[in-house]
Amino acid sequence: MDLHEFKAKRLLSGYGIASPEGRVAVTADEAAGAAKELGGAVYVKAQIHAGDRAKAGGVKKAESPAEARKIADELLGKKLVTPQTGPAGHAVKRVLIESAVRAQKEIYLSMMVDALDASIVVLGGKGGSGIEDRAAHGKGLESLHLGLNGERKAGDIAGFCKRLGFTGAEAEKLAATVKNMHRAFIELDASLIEINPLVFNEKGEMVALDAKIVLDDNALFRHPDLAGLREEDEVDAIELKAQQHQINFMQMDGNIGIVVNGAGLGLATLDMVRAAGGEPANFMDIRTTARSLDIAQGIGLVLDNPKVKVILVNVYGGGMQPCDTIIEGLGIAFRRKGRILPLVLRVTGNNEDIARVRIESFGLPKTQSTDMWQAATRAVAIAQGRA
Amino acid sequence: MTILVDQNTRVLCQGMTGWAGTYHTYRMIQYGTNVVAGVTPGKGGKPHLDVPVFNTVKEAVAETKANASCIFVPPANAAAAMIEAIEAELPLVVVVTERVPVLDMMRVREVLKGSKTKLVGPNSQGVLAPEICQIGVMATDRSKKGGIGVASRSASLTSEIVAQLTAHGLGQSTTVGIGGDAVHGIGFVDCLELFFADPETKGVVLIGEIGGNEEESAADYLKKAGLKKPVVALVAGKYAPPARRMGHAGTLTMHASGNAEAKMTTLKEAGVVIASSAHLVGETMSELLAKRAA
Repeated sequence: MDLHEFKAKRLLSGYGIASPEGRVAVTADEAAGAAKELGGAVYVKAQIHAGDRAKAGGVKKAESPAEARKIADELLGKKLVTPQTGPAGHAVKRVLIESAVRAQKEIYLSMMVDALDASIVVLGGKGGSGIEDRAAHGKGLESLHLGLNGERKAGDIAGFCKRLGFTGAEAEKLAATVKNMHRAFIELDASLIEINPLVFNEKGEMVALDAKIVLDDNALFRHPDLAGLREEDEVDAIELKAQQHQINFMQMDGNIGIVVNGAGLGLATLDMVRAAGGEPANFMDIRTTARSLDIAQGIGLVLDNPKVKVILVNVYGGGMQPCDTIIEGLGIAFRRKGRILPLVLRVTGNNEDIARVRIESFGLPKTQSTDMWQAATRAVAIAQGRA
Repeated sequence: MTILVDQNTRVLCQGMTGWAGTYHTYRMIQYGTNVVAGVTPGKGGKPHLDVPVFNTVKEAVAETKANASCIFVPPANAAAAMIEAIEAELPLVVVVTERVPVLDMMRVREVLKGSKTKLVGPNSQGVLAPEICQIGVMATDRSKKGGIGVASRSASLTSEIVAQLTAHGLGQSTTVGIGGDAVHGIGFVDCLELFFADPETKGVVLIGEIGGNEEESAADYLKKAGLKKPVVALVAGKYAPPARRMGHAGTLTMHASGNAEAKMTTLKEAGVVIASSAHLVGETMSELLAKRAA
């Protein structure tokens, strides 16, 4: 689960990591009011789930409440396109109004899980915008590996701060921030915390000017308070609905609806459809824990997509989820949506015979195949009007 | 021969009395697996599926000489179950549970270090030695005993590829689902080592996908240790939709792994033959073995 900047900062402040004073605004008037309350120069920052906002005009300085109102008015309700959003961009529904800080030194600091050696890797370097380009070339970043309890060896964090070029009181403050961030990482069950930039203000205090947190969805069961932070309006509503029904789903641009169980088989199916010259309308991975009614909800999402011309079902029924469970869900979804679309089915594995009998009762135009490549090419032919 | 399991494998199931545990334990017993015990705290003493149930793994091992565990415990308690099995020094622990928190897996990996256990999973379909022993939840109907070792990150795709191998007359020595999670137990490298050491395994299939570092690690290992047997790999996800990104691109590029193309390239450099599509894995292995024999 991705958290907006203002929520990430609020959480970090609970761990002793300070941010400039700020207010969230959803209208231009609120933005002006917030700027007035804060006094002095402020930054108006679009709250979207993507980085590289400054380059796209999503972060602007305002010297007066009137200017803050103008900038907020320009941003709110607009779609912001940054290098990380994709061409469609992300709608700006909130802006964060924050006191401008005269930054002395800019530091980039992030923490994430290093799957290879099951540690938490800390990356640090010279911060500010442009870190993406430098880091992409592997330049200018120092790393440090921490365990669940912090340093693997005494002095690891101090050494890291030194490598980043800090000494004396500044190094101590940075070390304290690294420790606080690590505690936040563990206690929040985070999978990423990133502060960029982390700066020293006029008083020599460390302040996080921008922050991002990604929480481990699999651990939200033990953080009911954090689960409530999810911005339902921002997460793609379709993907979220699928998640609630034990299905991983991503909307794509094509016209071939994809119904698959398992992530690997799902990816392989996209690859085959593309190799056959077709364009998938979605990625789908029905998890083994999904029951037929969940599956019906997931397939309903595919049927809701007006672009879809054909449904390709590629299912290998395993132990937990036999073929007939998925076909039952398919039947329910079609009956509910009342849409008639050609079906191309490759259904094999546990209970495939029962599944075949069920499919007969759907009354839909269909092709059944025992080979998934044949099924993929057939679906592509139908989508392109060749069959 | 097989790897990880054989005819002497004595399985205990942690979380056997839940619905998933019950269903899959029943399937495993039907398949012929020697399930000797179940473990559910608080339910010890009452047999389930005619199998004795114990409160702890330690008791179960002492009473039944179990030497492998299959874990069906829900995510919240899965890590504790894994740690209990590792501390009981079970040589093999297979974890079927999906959605285990990543920090819990870090804790498990700390306990695993220096232990006597090989951990498979979590989020694994299990380990199958066709016609000998099934630990896990995979489809078994099209698997057949033979000489191909299979290691994979994905369950249903493995069933598909096993079916292809069997259709090409290639049985399997063992299939291992290393699991789909970022932080997990044994990986492709461990599987390659075991398959290379097993005299009856004639070739190995790796079923990979985008994300993670398993394919890169396998390629590094093969470049160093040498390609001792023919290896065919599939890397799924060439045309996957780009994941929603939030962090800075650079950080993620540095630590997320390469895309499908990069993984295929490095595997090719290590001498692995890449199956160009998921439906061609059986055929690719069959042709490779025929070429070797000629």
